[in-house]
Amino acid sequence: MDQEIRQVLAEHGRLAVDVSSLDENTDLFAAGMTSHASVNVMLALEDAFDIEFAESMLKKSTFESIASIRAGVLEMTDA
Amino acid sequence: MTATTTAPPLESGSVDVVRLMTDIAEKVSGPAADEVDRLGRFPSETIDALRADGLLWALVPREFGGLGATLSEVSEGLVALGRQCASSAMVVAMHHIQVACLVRHGTNDLLRSYLAEAVEHQYLLASATTEVGTGGDVRSSVCAVDVEGGTFRLEKQAPVISYGNFADGILVTARRSEDSPENDQVIVLCRPPDLELEQVGEWNALGFRGTCSPGFVLRASGDADAVLDQPYGDISTQTMLPIAHILWGSLWLGIATAALDRARRFVQAEARKRPGTTPAAALRLADVSALHQQFSDLVRGSVRRYEEIEGDGERLSAIGFAIGMNSLKVSASTLVVDVVRQCMVICGLSAYRLDGPYSLGRHLRDSMGAALMVNNDRIMGNNAQLLLVHRGE
Ligand SMILES: Cc1cc2nc3c(=O)[nH]c(=O)nc-3n(C[C@H](O)[C@H](O)[C@H](O)COP(=O)(O)OP(=O)(O)OC[C@H]3O[C@@H](n4cnc5c(N)ncnc54)[C@H](O)[C@@H]3O)c2cc1C
Repeated sequence: MDQEIRQVLAEHGRLAVDVSSLDENTDLFAAGMTSHASVNVMLALEDAFDIEFAESMLKKSTFESIASIRAGVLEMTDA
Repeated sequence: MTATTTAPPLESGSVDVVRLMTDIAEKVSGPAADEVDRLGRFPSETIDALRADGLLWALVPREFGGLGATLSEVSEGLVALGRQCASSAMVVAMHHIQVACLVRHGTNDLLRSYLAEAVEHQYLLASATTEVGTGGDVRSSVCAVDVEGGTFRLEKQAPVISYGNFADGILVTARRSEDSPENDQVIVLCRPPDLELEQVGEWNALGFRGTCSPGFVLRASGDADAVLDQPYGDISTQTMLPIAHILWGSLWLGIATAALDRARRFVQAEARKRPGTTPAAALRLADVSALHQQFSDLVRGSVRRYEEIEGDGERLSAIGFAIGMNSLKVSASTLVVDVVRQCMVICGLSAYRLDGPYSLGRHLRDSMGAALMVNNDRIMGNNAQLLLVHRGE
């Protein structure tokens, strides 16, 4: 799953750094992801994992790091 | 630069912020409005009067020495000011946006003690978010804060800083550090004597002429605690953007209200000449009154919407709220032009003339600025993106 998340981030996150160098707790916004890019990441994650994030999860903290994204995706796939 | 007047001591019981602001608008700002516009001069009489009543920092809670005014009170006061002098109202609105950011996010010791000092001296605060190189995209910066040994240093090329030459301090956005990407921004309180402004060009614009908004090269340094702790992105989402759109919308509503006042008086004067015959323009007046009511309800509804969740950072950061506050700005900036334009058709040549009691030239020129203060196309672009993931209310 982390591999797929990193793939999405590499394609849509428009980060200032190489995705493979990121720690799972690195702040993605501090790493250059704009709110515009975070929307694209969200859409690509929904497509990749065939999920739809609940309204309550559509906030900055869900997309803050690889770890928080994983938690978010797991919450939706378990639901 | 520094104000010498101090706020009057607080009486027990609440200060009627709306009445005080309305009085100043009618007695001080209104009579000077045409001159402020014609000469493009700073409306110092309005600022001095607000200062003398402690109204510049009205939003500060009483525990920090302010008046503890609500956003709706300041919003109503700005409607009254905008009705008399849009330039004065714009200066006051921009200042209150900075105050709100400091009250909500300036929580470290240095910024809290600044708050007390600012209330006492009734400092006027300006804003430098726009930058040469990023255009109107205020969510990215070129310049960066350089922090070393507890001291920050910053230089910004600002194409427009309203009342920069009259401000006692400026909130400036910048990248967090030289290594930060363009959207990892902070906001910094810059103040004299460690603030230097080198003016670039003049402000000779179509409207809001009294805001005195030329470009500047801004150089500042100071205690690193003058950098607000929270990321600018969060401050913008929760406070600066919604409050800017609400307070701008309030003064634009004031402009529209002034135009409607003139159109109403014009139609009533016509009616008095021939009692029994409804003037042809009365129907158009009915039409534009309905439009004005939409505008008024939009602004007042948005203030309520903000106040209902103002203590809840999570709800202030929700996508639906962001879309709503963006839509408010785009609608309000469109409605102000529509109302003024229709009132001009009602008053006809009397409105087109630059003199006389029905003149609407200043109102029309001022209203045209609303759509470009952070371009409506940019804001709609943001909403277009947000709506791709919004789940509805
Ligand atoms: C009266 C007044 C006072 C102001 N005071 C201040 C102040 O005190 N401090 C401050 O920092 N700023 C201030 N501003 C600046 C203001 O907030 C805007 O940032 C500025 O007006 C934008 O300038 P622009 O139109 O040249 O740039 P842009 O926003 O770049 O717009 C230029 C053109 O590019 C288009 N465009 C560019 N990018 C996009 C995009 N992504 N999506 C859609 N369209 C796009 C726009 O539609 C427009 O046609 C003030 C402006 C006014 C009018």
